Order: sequence, then structure tokens, then C-alpha cells
Amino acid sequence: MSGAEKIDVTVTEIVPVNELVTRFKFERTDGGLLPTFSGGAHTVVEMKDGEITRLNPYSLMSDPMDQNAYTISVRRDDEGRGGSLFMHKNVAVGDKMVISYPVNLFSLDLRAKKHLFLAGGIGITPFLSQIKQCERLGGAWELHYACRNEALGSYVAELTSKHPYEANVYYDDQKQAIALEGLLNGQPIGTHVYVCGPKGMINWVRATAEKLGWPLEAVHYEEFLAPQPGKPFEVKLSVSNKVIQVGEDESLLEAMERSGVDAPYLCRGGACGQCETRVIDYSGNFIHRDHWLEDDEHASGEKIMPCVSRFEGKTLVLDR
Amino acid sequence: MSKFEFPESIRSRPVWGTLEPRAGLHHLMIADAEGAEAILDIATPELMAGAHIIFIAKGTGFGDKLRALNPAQYYEGPSYEASASRIQRVLQDAKMSTQVYLAGTEGLMGQAMCECTNAGIPFTAVQTEHRGSTARRMQCVHCKGITKDVAIDPFVCSHCGLNLFVRDHYSRRLAAYQGVCIDAEDPGNVPASKGIYE
Repeated sequence: MSGAEKIDVTVTEIVPVNELVTRFKFERTDGGLLPTFSGGAHTVVEMKDGEITRLNPYSLMSDPMDQNAYTISVRRDDEGRGGSLFMHKNVAVGDKMVISYPVNLFSLDLRAKKHLFLAGGIGITPFLSQIKQCERLGGAWELHYACRNEALGSYVAELTSKHPYEANVYYDDQKQAIALEGLLNGQPIGTHVYVCGPKGMINWVRATAEKLGWPLEAVHYEEFLAPQPGKPFEVKLSVSNKVIQVGEDESLLEAMERSGVDAPYLCRGGACGQCETRVIDYSGNFIHRDHWLEDDEHASGEKIMPCVSRFEGKTLVLDR
Repeated sequence: MSKFEFPESIRSRPVWGTLEPRAGLHHLMIADAEGAEAILDIATPELMAGAHIIFIAKGTGFGDKLRALNPAQYYEGPSYEASASRIQRVLQDAKMSTQVYLAGTEGLMGQAMCECTNAGIPFTAVQTEHRGSTARRMQCVHCKGITKDVAIDPFVCSHCGLNLFVRDHYSRRLAAYQGVCIDAEDPGNVPASKGIYE
């Protein structure tokens, strides 16, 4: 079986945070303790949505040392493929679910003298667990959190009351914005910056840091890409000797799993590299959406990340 | 020419690079002796406008040439040890928009690199370029004493007097190569010393 090990859990609490975001609490169904994790880790939640099994990654936002329960926050995406809508509409307290062991692709670099957290919208969630970890270990940190407006500012009140000196909040509708250049320029040597939010924000932070001479090693980012819907396409899997159809609303990885092919994965969001698959033959165009492969690899037509990338054209043959 | 092609070696041995100007608001450049040439090679007025050069001349005459580059700050010290407190202070006050360039002997680069990593700069982000002497900073693994500028192998530990074999095994933490007693089994049986790279 691919992916991280699984844990059977029960939903023990569902709390609407605001109009778009709902928080879910999971406890082990067998009453035992959950593994500890490190701040920034995510879990992959299995959703049985009729015939479709969805596997979506969500950042763990609870205290990494709290083994009694995990909490995640899910932002409803009305335009998406339905994973977040399923969580919002179909999941009730008492439901049994399956989640994966925590996987961390966005961990703190503990050599840092200071951690600078930059969050946009629901991108706040990994920082909630990282902040708890920093508070426990005594590391210096500072948060700059941009939200659309006060009503959609998830966990703003909790952050600003507990950490009045470290948490800084900016509301788009009040024309407030992170003064990024000054902020990055003023950081003492040994600072690492972490950004989680929309793609535009991640690109802005990375480009500004690079321009100012920040070492790449000190710039960390996480963007969960949800697989985007697209035109259906056909794929030949040469190792499994199967021809499968990828539907409009499912990813290539999900289509392989539905067909009984055990394909490797970890993050399901185009970041970790586990699902990298070799292309044997193709005629058409790739729609690469991952940020794992390099640009020249995208252009080569030799590799694809089935968790988020798609294909349009006549034939695609994969080494799987 | 002050460049030297080091022979291939074990993984522990540091691999030095070639300096290049990088984006950044501040440029901290630390060099000794012929290391000055590496700075002269990349210097531009734009780079020098944000540069702080710390130079240990070791009897070379590069000081005037470096000063003529008109860096924002220039300091010349008589030895690394004399300059160390300045280097530490500069790093303590430095911001993340600082690039660090190290050039010259392995001893200078190793020790300055140590200060950089202690300050929290990832070592892969610090640029280096070897120039000049290939003599090494050696630690005696027996008495732990450091002998500077070792050019021959084997050599006599300046602290405990043991005959030491020069290894490529390097300690980033100590900024020194390791010297191991060569005649422990058969005291007095010491091969004739020759240059480390001969």
C-alpha cells in the first residue's frame, strides 16, 4: 500500500470558524494515543464520497506534542473538485474516518536563530502548530498574517491575544499589506522565512528574498495544490497492462488508484516528489502543475507528477 | 598565479569555489594575503558601495589595491586572531540581505566560515575561493593543540611534540585538518618530511 501508514480515527468535534473555514477534531477510534509530529506536518484525510475515494492533505494545526487529538481546518472551496465541500457537508461528529500518519514537508529549520512566518488566508494552519512548537522550545519567531477581511481572519483573535508582540495581522479590505521588502531587509542574520498561502504570495516572497540576497536555504514555502479538474483523457499503464480513463473531476493518481493500481504518493499536492512517473510515449500536451520537477523536466516530456498534473492529446503511456 | 588545483580526495575534505558577485544589500568580504586577488577580480563600484572588506595582509602588498576599490568599510588586521572579534561583531549586527565572501588560505576561510555558521548562515550560502598558500591549520588528535600554517607532512606538533601525519580528514567545527601520530607503533621510525602536495 502506498502513502504513509494509516490511522483509524473518529471525528469528535466540528467547529465552524467563519463563513468559509471549519475545524475538525480527530481522535483515535481505538482510544490510543496519536503519534507526536513536528510543526508544519500534514495528514492525508480519506473521504469516501460515494464511489470516489478522495485523499486530501491538510496541515495539522494542533499542538505537535498533544497525542490525544489532531485538529485540521478546512476552507470550503466551492469551485474545487469537492473534497472540502465533502468535509463541510457530509462529515458529522461521531463519523469514522481514516487519516495518514503525519508527514512533514514544511518543517522548521532548527538551526535558525529566528523564524519569520508569512501566512496568507488558510495558509495560517501549518504556522499554528509551528508556533506551538516554537513556544515549547523557546525559539524566536514573528508572524505576519494577511487575510481578506476581519470576518474571514481565521484564528486572528487567538493569535493576537496570546502573542500580542509576535503576531501581526493585515486586512486586504482595509488596504493593509505586509511591507515585505523592509521586513526581509531588517531580519538579523540566521533568520529563516516560511511562507504558506496563495501562489502569488509565495512567488512574491521568494522573488523578494532572492533580490535582497537571502540564501535559498533560508526560504521555505508550502503550497498545497489541489488537483484541478480538466478534460477527461486516456492513459495506458504499461507495467500494470491497463488502459484507464481519467475523469473530468479526478486526478491521474486517483484514476490509477480507482483502477486498482498501487501508485506511490505522499503529499498529493505536487510538492513531495513521491509520485514521479516516467513517461514512455505520448502524443499531445502535458499540463504540468507540480512544483517538484524542474522546468527542463517539464519541457522534456519524460516525467509527470500524477497527483496534480494532467494531459491533453491522443496517447499517453506511463511506466506504472 | 595564486591558484592551486587541489587533488581529488575523501568527502571530508572541503571543496572551495570561485567568488561571484551576488544580489544583496551588504557584502562582507574576508580575505588574507593573495585572497585579495579574488576580491579584486569581482569588484565593481556597485558591489563596493555595500562592501565591508576585512583583510589580513600577512606581509603582502594588496592593502592599497583593496583600499583603492573604495569599499563602504575597510579594515586591515595584523592576524586572523586580531580580526576575529571584529568579524564576530559584524556578523552579530548583520542583516539577512548580507552576502559573505571568503578568500585566501584554508585556515582563514575555515575559521571565518565557522563564525558565519555560528551566526546562523547556512554554510552552503557562504562563497569561498582558495588563493595563495596551501599550508594547513592542523589539529593534533592526541593533545588537541592547533598548529598553524603546516606545509609539510609529517610534521611535529607545536604543542606536544608528537610526529603527526597530515590527513585530509577535516573538522568544520574546529576549522582544522586532523594530524595523527605517525610513529606510535614504532617510535622514532618517521619518514622524511616533504611538501603536503608533493
